[in-house]
Amino acid sequence: MQMNEYKPLIVAFCCNWCSYAGADLAGNNRLNYPAEVKIIRVPCSCRVNPMFILRAFQRGADGVIICGCHPGDCHYTSGNYYTRRRMAALFSMLDYLGIEKERTRVEWVSAAEGAKFAATMNDFVEKVAALGENKRLEDLRCKR
Amino acid sequence: MQRIGVFVCWCGSNIAGTVDVKVVAEALKSEPGVVFSTDYQYMCSQAGQDLIKNAVKEHNLTGIVVCSCSPRMHEATFRKTASAAGLNPYMVEIANIREQCSWVHKEMPLGTEKAIILGKAAVAKVSLNTPLTPGESPVTKRALVIGGGIAGIQTALDIADAGFPVDIVEKKATIGGKMAQLDKTFPTLDCAACILTPKMVDVAQNENIRIFSYSDVEEVKGFVGNFNVKIKKRARFVDETKCTGCGACIEKCPQKKVPNEFNLGMDNRRAIYIPFAQAVPKVATIDPDYCNMLKNGKCGVCSKFCAAGAIDYKQKDEIIEEKYGAIVVATGFEPISMDKFDEFAYSQSKDVITSLEFERLTNAAGPTAGKLLRPSDGKHPQKIVFVQCVGSRCSACAEKGKEYCSKICCMYTAKHAMLTRDKYPDTEVTVFYIDVRTPGKNFDEFQRRAVEEYGVNYVKGMVGKITPEGDKLKVRASDLIANKQINIDADLVVLAAAIEPDKSARPLATMLTASMDTNDFFTEAHPKLRPVESPTAGVFLSGTCQGPKDIPETVSQAGAAASKVIGLLQKNKLMGNPCVASSNQLMCNGCSSCERVCPYGAISYEDKEFPGPNRTVKTRRVAVVNPAVCQGCGACTVACPSGAMDLNGFMNTQIMAEVDAICK
Repeated sequence: MQMNEYKPLIVAFCCNWCSYAGADLAGNNRLNYPAEVKIIRVPCSCRVNPMFILRAFQRGADGVIICGCHPGDCHYTSGNYYTRRRMAALFSMLDYLGIEKERTRVEWVSAAEGAKFAATMNDFVEKVAALGENKRLEDLRCKR
Repeated sequence: MQRIGVFVCWCGSNIAGTVDVKVVAEALKSEPGVVFSTDYQYMCSQAGQDLIKNAVKEHNLTGIVVCSCSPRMHEATFRKTASAAGLNPYMVEIANIREQCSWVHKEMPLGTEKAIILGKAAVAKVSLNTPLTPGESPVTKRALVIGGGIAGIQTALDIADAGFPVDIVEKKATIGGKMAQLDKTFPTLDCAACILTPKMVDVAQNENIRIFSYSDVEEVKGFVGNFNVKIKKRARFVDETKCTGCGACIEKCPQKKVPNEFNLGMDNRRAIYIPFAQAVPKVATIDPDYCNMLKNGKCGVCSKFCAAGAIDYKQKDEIIEEKYGAIVVATGFEPISMDKFDEFAYSQSKDVITSLEFERLTNAAGPTAGKLLRPSDGKHPQKIVFVQCVGSRCSACAEKGKEYCSKICCMYTAKHAMLTRDKYPDTEVTVFYIDVRTPGKNFDEFQRRAVEEYGVNYVKGMVGKITPEGDKLKVRASDLIANKQINIDADLVVLAAAIEPDKSARPLATMLTASMDTNDFFTEAHPKLRPVESPTAGVFLSGTCQGPKDIPETVSQAGAAASKVIGLLQKNKLMGNPCVASSNQLMCNGCSSCERVCPYGAISYEDKEFPGPNRTVKTRRVAVVNPAVCQGCGACTVACPSGAMDLNGFMNTQIMAEVDAICK
């Protein structure tokens, strides 16, 4: 493998009840996806504050994906509907700021969809990698 | 400053195979706050837990990071360990380096690098953890069982026997479910009614059990130990307390052309009916779709002949509200629709039937009084073809069939074939199968008896097409072993239809916020270790709502679910989840944004006095979270414009620290 091959940095927020369990199932079934994906567990996708996403991009993340339960299946009844609305607004604003739409995504992955989780991550990493590094929002002062 | 200990688990070779655990432990040693870091083969073992406990004491640790399997697996274990070592259990964070690292990445350098980053994120988070104490909530000592089939019946009986009150909600007019429709049960050939109906009577006579038949669950609110449930008791237009079940009304009812759903529409019932002789409760029900009195106000015969005066045409649906500590889902299954399987001519010929219909045909209480007669002309069939796996194990035909194995079809088909040959030795019986799957006690012996003793002709191969011609059914099939085409002129074809979850399961899952798999079977909390619990606390699973099962398995699962419910109900207090929202009242401006998004109504407002300038007192409206009602989703934390609302255990600062650690 080439040492200088570009590797995107992906932050994935997964809700505890569906998507985090889906990611665990992907693991149980040994379904590979790129190691660039780092998962942060949140109780519900609606816990994801837009600030977390901005922070990730500031700190040099190349893509941020939020995974939650399918609409109607939220463990907290309606959390994922908030996520859908909030992220639609945030992502279009980020797009306006120059963070391409392909760098952000909301995906519904249930606890039974290990295969979907792996496929989603493979696809997302591929799309983000094609865009190259995210320089737009990166804060140089954050660089160590 | 926290004193953090890092414990990296090998999990045998599960983690150590793709993650260099020594390197991970070493790398995390230099993280801020980490004073101790080590690795061990099995951290969850007694020795591993002792290692953690000793390290806590020896190094005066205030926080623990365990790099191991998913927190969904062992977070509770390590919290207990921390507690035993004198730490607050919520000072533990898990870095998931098995399911989300070593198992999905194949190369050692990549896995190790990721594991280090995940470990760093957990260290960053735990250094901001604060000790949390769960609140307590009382337990309502009453259980709700949804579904009155054999699963629901067994669960209710077991819970009631332990001394707790149970309510059964059944959507049909009687309990009994699918088992009541069966004739014999494999592999012992017990008569289904003989073993089920005494249990139904037990349910009716048990002082601790109430049956809400002809009822549906309308709304579920609350949480484990404290569910508030609305049950809709549909109007049956008969006063249950007065009806004696004598059946005089049914005899006199002039509306005789109502398809009898208990016999799957193979004969007719009256508009007022009792589903079957041993129904519980044995109370008549008027079908509003067919009753002349209810439809156009003309008739009233049943009312005239009811000696008990139980008929009440003005009866209305009734909503019953009750509190429960635990809910058991036992909604069961139904066979899939055969409408889409045109190749088997189910909709074209009355003599192509499903196995459940065959079950009614051979049942002494069925439409033919137990005589095996063709539905079309009432003649005794000479050649019978059974087709297995109709819609099961059908990955290519996802839009009409199911990908999974329905599990029970091989056995009941063997039973049907055997019983047919036993009663009518002159019939020729052929079974077409893909595989014969008979794991289970005495199952394989049973199927072999069908072949060897009863001379049932088993053919490996699928039926391609069935065409009705005259009074025969032309069955064209392939014999995969002889490698040839087979044509049979059959008199009766029986399709072993796949089974699927009952249609009521999906809306119920939404009400309960219990998760389902892609086939609408309820998901269990852990497929191996917690098979009768739903991931939603206080919701338990019994029977085929969780996956295809036969009767013995259903009964054992029902007992297991009951024991879990009993374990819950015998507690006087439940420890709540301390990871709930809390509002910083100094920052809160009382804008109501959080209240609007809260799905549980956990947020209220109060006027509170704050010290103002020059010794004045200012009164401000601030948000207050009720920790007993809050479930900790965190929707309010994002809605709060002033950043006053935060979620314990998943604080803004903690998640930010994780983001920072990952994006370094």
